[in-house]
Amino acid sequence: MIDNRKIESERFLPDKDIENCGLFGVMNTSGTRFGGEMAINAIKNMKVRGNGLGGGFAIYGLYPQYKDYYALHVMYENKNDEAKKNAEQFLHENFYVVYDEEIPTNPEVDVFCPPLVWRYFITPHKKEINGVSEDEYVISRVMDMNKYMQDVYVFSSGKDMGVFKGVGFPEEIADYFMLDKLYEGHIWTVHSRFPTNTPGWWGGAHPFSILDWTVVHNGEISSYGTNRRFLELHNFYCTLYTDTEVMAYAVDLLMRRQKLPIEVVSKIFAPPMWNSIKYMKEREKQLYTTLRMVYAPLLMNGPFTVVIANQEEMIGLTDRIRLRPITAGAKDDFVFLSSEEGAIRYVCPDLELAWTPPGGEPVVARLNSKDHLKSLNKSV
Amino acid sequence: MNELNLKFGFRDNFLEGVRQPEELEQFVKTCGQQAEIDAQNLRHKEINDLIRDTAKRQIKHIILRNVCGHRYIGTRLSNSEGETVKIDVYNYAGNDLGVFLDGHHINVYGNAQDGVGNTMNSGEIVVHGKAADVAAMSMRGGKVFIRDNVGYRAAIHMKEYKDKVPVLVIGGTAQDFFGEYMAGGKVILLGLNLKEGEMHRANYIGTGMHGGVIYLRGNVKDSQLGKEVGIRPLDEEDKEIVEKYVKEYCSHFNCDPGEILNSEFKKLLPVSSRPYGKIYAY
Repeated sequence: MIDNRKIESERFLPDKDIENCGLFGVMNTSGTRFGGEMAINAIKNMKVRGNGLGGGFAIYGLYPQYKDYYALHVMYENKNDEAKKNAEQFLHENFYVVYDEEIPTNPEVDVFCPPLVWRYFITPHKKEINGVSEDEYVISRVMDMNKYMQDVYVFSSGKDMGVFKGVGFPEEIADYFMLDKLYEGHIWTVHSRFPTNTPGWWGGAHPFSILDWTVVHNGEISSYGTNRRFLELHNFYCTLYTDTEVMAYAVDLLMRRQKLPIEVVSKIFAPPMWNSIKYMKEREKQLYTTLRMVYAPLLMNGPFTVVIANQEEMIGLTDRIRLRPITAGAKDDFVFLSSEEGAIRYVCPDLELAWTPPGGEPVVARLNSKDHLKSLNKSV
Repeated sequence: MNELNLKFGFRDNFLEGVRQPEELEQFVKTCGQQAEIDAQNLRHKEINDLIRDTAKRQIKHIILRNVCGHRYIGTRLSNSEGETVKIDVYNYAGNDLGVFLDGHHINVYGNAQDGVGNTMNSGEIVVHGKAADVAAMSMRGGKVFIRDNVGYRAAIHMKEYKDKVPVLVIGGTAQDFFGEYMAGGKVILLGLNLKEGEMHRANYIGTGMHGGVIYLRGNVKDSQLGKEVGIRPLDEEDKEIVEKYVKEYCSHFNCDPGEILNSEFKKLLPVSSRPYGKIYAY
């Protein structure tokens, strides 16, 4: 029976959640590493976009001293020691574990039910195992851990990068993991609020990650079912009950395995309407028709803005009719992506450029390039 | 305590920790008929509380400094005695600037974000920069002037009733779904930043439009228009309207109306006042 008693509350829980996720990303395209101050202050500036049920950061260029090893950030829920023993046994069986330690946290920061979070720097025993590449091998082991191990969840598994996330406002998560004091990187992405249609839990907060790809997402992918079924055909299993996961796996499939550039991938996720294709030149018409036919199950329907990142790139993309906001900004070697322009201005008062790309048009910030400016002349 | 709240740590990020106006006096500097509010360390509700309090003290000109993404500026300012205030915003107004604005004047010396003039009733908003998505959304009266470009869905569901006719003037160009579901009001798109021969890029202009009018300077292809709009030439009455508001635009942003008015305008009108009427009635 559902208990219908009214419970007195000092807090107001609205019937409908009226916030909107906050996204922010900052990259130094020359590869210079910098602290977390900008990312933390920017997301604080957009506090009303979050709700305290989730916050997380992805940092690239995080572990230069271990950059040849896969860095696993592993969370043990309920501080389950047994789970940790099992997981470590599994890791030692399958990898060389070069170094491991607990991720330092600040016990004075009051966060909701923090899990134990540990990091491992690992490498497979051989370069290639039965024709399977290192990357594939790591992914399949990480998938196994997420799928089969109770109370174990791998936050991130890429090289020279890491994800820190949890339940709380992002600035609290940053304080808890002491991000501003301990770490530097050349890309920082951050997300505020919680995963769509899921209760807030530590593993479920954004960013979502696979190898060194991460995704932070504002919106709702209504094509989740179709996308998930297609990804399962390629051995990606969704374990998190939330939509953004499919985006992370789709990025991995298309960009790492199939080696498509993001400029093409963005036209798979957010393809032009048939009505626009009709008016294109013949070559373009062929390209976009082919993409829509071959990759129809990876069209991401519904409103979204995402910031996708890997070691080399930070990409901002919205759905094709832009039902969620994005603003890009640039100054010197810094490129910014944000849900709101104010947040960029707040951390970079002397910003040189601010622009709003059209729906479905990616803003691509790349190491040692000015590619992000390519979207400028299509923008307002 | 609500168990769910406790379990998931839900917090009210809009109102939690908001201070009372009495605690915020140090952020306001009054000088005669003018007051300055330093928004740097204020929440958006605190800013609006201070604006209200200041306006109650008969101060007619309020300057907001260090604004950076603060939302809802100028809302909750009633206008029962017909006394209006002027608010100058430096520099980057947040979402829903002037939402439900009733008779007051807001100048923004910088860019504005989403939802400028959302459901505003009367008054004037002048943005010395660009505005992001859904500018003038559901606007019911008053005027909004944007110096540069606007994002997606400007003037979405703008409406008019008798003598309440909202006006939106945009100096630059617009992105897609411009004038979507427009039910009334006048929108003028000047395209001043388009190069010689360059077209507006917006697609789906006036999709679902069933009232009001868009005056457009510069060119668009038929394929850029929604199914519900048609292009007509301007008549004498239209020309007077365009001239009036272009002159107002130019007085705000110091430009020459003569040159703008010399170029060709198009008038975009809905072809039907009930485009989908047949679906619901037979």
